[in-house]
Amino acid sequence: MTTSPSWRNPDPRGPYHLLIIGAGPAGLIAARAAVRGGAKVALIERNLLGGSCLNNGCIPSKAIIRTSRLYREMRDAEHFGGRVPGGIAVDFPAVMERVRRIRARLSERGSAERLAAMGIDLHFGEARFAGPDSVTVGGNVLRFKKALVATGARPVRPPIPGLEEAGYLTYENVFDLTECPQRLLVIGGGPVGCELAQAFARLGSRVTLVEEDPMFLGHEERDAAQLLSDALARDGIEIHLDTQTTRVRVEGNDKVADLVNDDTKRTVAVDQILVGVGTAPNVQGLELEAAGVVYDDARGIPVDDFLRTTNRRIFAAGDVCAGNRFPHIESAAGRIVVANALFLGRQRLSAEAIPWCTFTDPEIAHVGMYVTEARQKNIPVKTFTILMHEVDRAITDGEEEGFVKVHVREGTGKILGATVVASHAGDLINEISLAMSAGLDLHALARVNQPYPTQSQAIKMAAGAYVASRRTSFRTWLMTKWLSW
Amino acid sequence: MLDDELLDHLQRGAFGYFADEANPANGLVADTSRKDSPASIAVVGLALSVYPVAVERGWLTREDAAARTLVTLRFFETSAQGSGADATGYNGFYYHFLDRESGKRVWRCEVSPIDTALLFAGILTAGAYFTDATSTEAEIRALARELYGRIDWNWARNGKVAVAHGWKPENGFLHYAWEGYNEATLLYVLGLASPTHPLPAASYAAWTATYQWERIYGCDLLYAGPLFIHQFSHAWIDFRKIRDPFMREKGSDYFENSCRAVDVQREYARRDPNEYGTYGPDSWGLSAGDGPGLRTMRVHGRERRFFEYTARGVPYGPDDGTIAPVAALASLPFAPALALSAVRHFLELYPEWADTWRLPSGFNRNAPGADSRGWISEGSYGLDQGIAILMIENYRSGLIWKLMRNSPPIRTGLKRAGFEGGWL
Repeated sequence: MTTSPSWRNPDPRGPYHLLIIGAGPAGLIAARAAVRGGAKVALIERNLLGGSCLNNGCIPSKAIIRTSRLYREMRDAEHFGGRVPGGIAVDFPAVMERVRRIRARLSERGSAERLAAMGIDLHFGEARFAGPDSVTVGGNVLRFKKALVATGARPVRPPIPGLEEAGYLTYENVFDLTECPQRLLVIGGGPVGCELAQAFARLGSRVTLVEEDPMFLGHEERDAAQLLSDALARDGIEIHLDTQTTRVRVEGNDKVADLVNDDTKRTVAVDQILVGVGTAPNVQGLELEAAGVVYDDARGIPVDDFLRTTNRRIFAAGDVCAGNRFPHIESAAGRIVVANALFLGRQRLSAEAIPWCTFTDPEIAHVGMYVTEARQKNIPVKTFTILMHEVDRAITDGEEEGFVKVHVREGTGKILGATVVASHAGDLINEISLAMSAGLDLHALARVNQPYPTQSQAIKMAAGAYVASRRTSFRTWLMTKWLSW
Repeated sequence: MLDDELLDHLQRGAFGYFADEANPANGLVADTSRKDSPASIAVVGLALSVYPVAVERGWLTREDAAARTLVTLRFFETSAQGSGADATGYNGFYYHFLDRESGKRVWRCEVSPIDTALLFAGILTAGAYFTDATSTEAEIRALARELYGRIDWNWARNGKVAVAHGWKPENGFLHYAWEGYNEATLLYVLGLASPTHPLPAASYAAWTATYQWERIYGCDLLYAGPLFIHQFSHAWIDFRKIRDPFMREKGSDYFENSCRAVDVQREYARRDPNEYGTYGPDSWGLSAGDGPGLRTMRVHGRERRFFEYTARGVPYGPDDGTIAPVAALASLPFAPALALSAVRHFLELYPEWADTWRLPSGFNRNAPGADSRGWISEGSYGLDQGIAILMIENYRSGLIWKLMRNSPPIRTGLKRAGFEGGWL
């Protein structure tokens, strides 16, 4: 949210211990942590507090996904021994009203007044570096000892001929829709594209999903991508992998897109086009050159493992960074910056176990290394897999699709990483993230007591499989002897 | 019926496919027995491997088999190679599907490295089997060497480490590459051993770096979902006790791995997570094969989605309840008792299959078909009939394995891939 029209930027109190540009998740977390540590903090935002995550990213998408899941469950009532309610009709305005209500409610937590009350000097306006230790905003010069650039990113606009003229949606404006498009083309099979394609399909749109790569979620394990592909097809989405959108035009009330797969061409006519092909860092207009910060328009600001830019006083975090553009690391990044910038910390981003999740149904979550990454580093890997159809609670919930895969260093219980595909994978992955952060191995996880039945039992079962695999024949013989004695 | 008698019937019945579907003028063999089916070069490779079995089993004379083989090799030697859209191949590789009469590309299909590898497995089998001093057999051996040396394996990498899935004249290389464990072991072995354009050893290492060693249902194995992946390279290469660096690290071998893949398939069938009700200890075999067609329908109160021809697999799917009976039969070398028990069960369900002794590509008792027993794939597929003959023969006599153990490309390729031990 922004603030009331009567808002006035405070008078500068510089030099600030920490000046933060961008009030998204990383910026807000860093600002609060720094001010709680006694630092004098300035926070500059040019648009809405909360950044894209709150306003047009994670939060509104999760709200619409929840409603869409409800409609899917209603249609699937028979599978759960229920009766399909008569006359299921989607009230799209009500869906969007709920999205806006939730967004307003959550934005209250980070209102300008609350931040100001915490002692944070909040400035609205365009920030520009004036030198290696100063920034201008709204005609004021703010001096700093340390600064954090957390300006986030914006949707990439793909260079598809005719797309601009035809008009299209991105995650920035899709939640402003007042009518559910009858026919929707989604360009991009990454997290945003897959999540919203599934949500709109469940809300009644006839969705065509186009992805240039041969599989969805290019960085994920192929089994996870395969399960997702099956799930999207079950929701009635027309899937075109390994396919490019080469041109868009307007014909009457239709937006018509040309699709090319190998040498096969087809056209699809839709009411709306949603583009989710990635993000570009918000580095323009910051005049980073004046501060001696190296950056790249397409890749963002390169940072080291301590999140320092080429100006050691200035840090960067979140989507604006080159190579670390996951919203899930923003809170960790904000915390690391405060420790390293203000309190002589030596915290490394690479030391963090940072999970991420794509909130489709089933959800796909991952933490740590993939098997391929480990093998490329010559680390022998073994994966302990539990299928969700082995888990009692998943069976009772009718949520048997998916798996828990825990990757360990062969011959040990050291967890290298994990992938979870499950209805609540985003929650399940946390137990493994906790274990990795605390240095716990699968032996330790096998000893954790859990209420029965829960879906997180899958993780304990994977740990149990590891323990069973470590039982040598000698040990088994010894135990048998002991018991027979 | 005794096991040996049953296997005789199944092998001979499957061979009938090659007798019926081969074009005597050029040796090309139809992909399926359906009307207007084009030829598949992979099926031709299987045919060339099947002919020695037919000689040893007394279904063909050696002269007849050699003549059929020579016609086939002469076709591939003289057919047009080039980047034009109506050629038969390019850079020594061949298009996946060819017109049975003209031998030219059909269906705008791709130049296919994996299907070329299956074709050359057959060509090299012929070269290893026909060792007599007759002019026919000498020409077979010479053509096998010439054709094999013509393949530019490195072109198929498209400048990358791994081999691409294919190439089309219209738009170049396909975007897929051979990653994760699959049937491409044979492709890499043949590519590494080339006397003219060998793949670098790094390409095999890069491919195996994408492997996943998993414990699934209590079984440790190199994962691949569809059963055919655990079978096709094994039709020609005896993987017992020979190990590449990956298998040395894991203390296993690819043969043992295929045995475990059968266990995982059966365990999945026992659990039947999608509640089809038609899987069981003798009713398993999820693999690549025909399906009831792309459709969604309610069956016994549940929404079911069926697929057309696809690679079904366990435990991650896709799984629409379709069983590929040949996948169970071709598991014979890995789990003889289980495979035979499954095949006997299938024949009890569908006794009419004994009329021809040719197993169909798939059946699905949940999908509607001609009668209450559900959908059955129409006709026969050449890949199914070929792999059935070869795996039965390897189980019975080890004929193909023995031949290929002495084939220089196979030995060289395995060694360059880092295989050691056992017969190698």
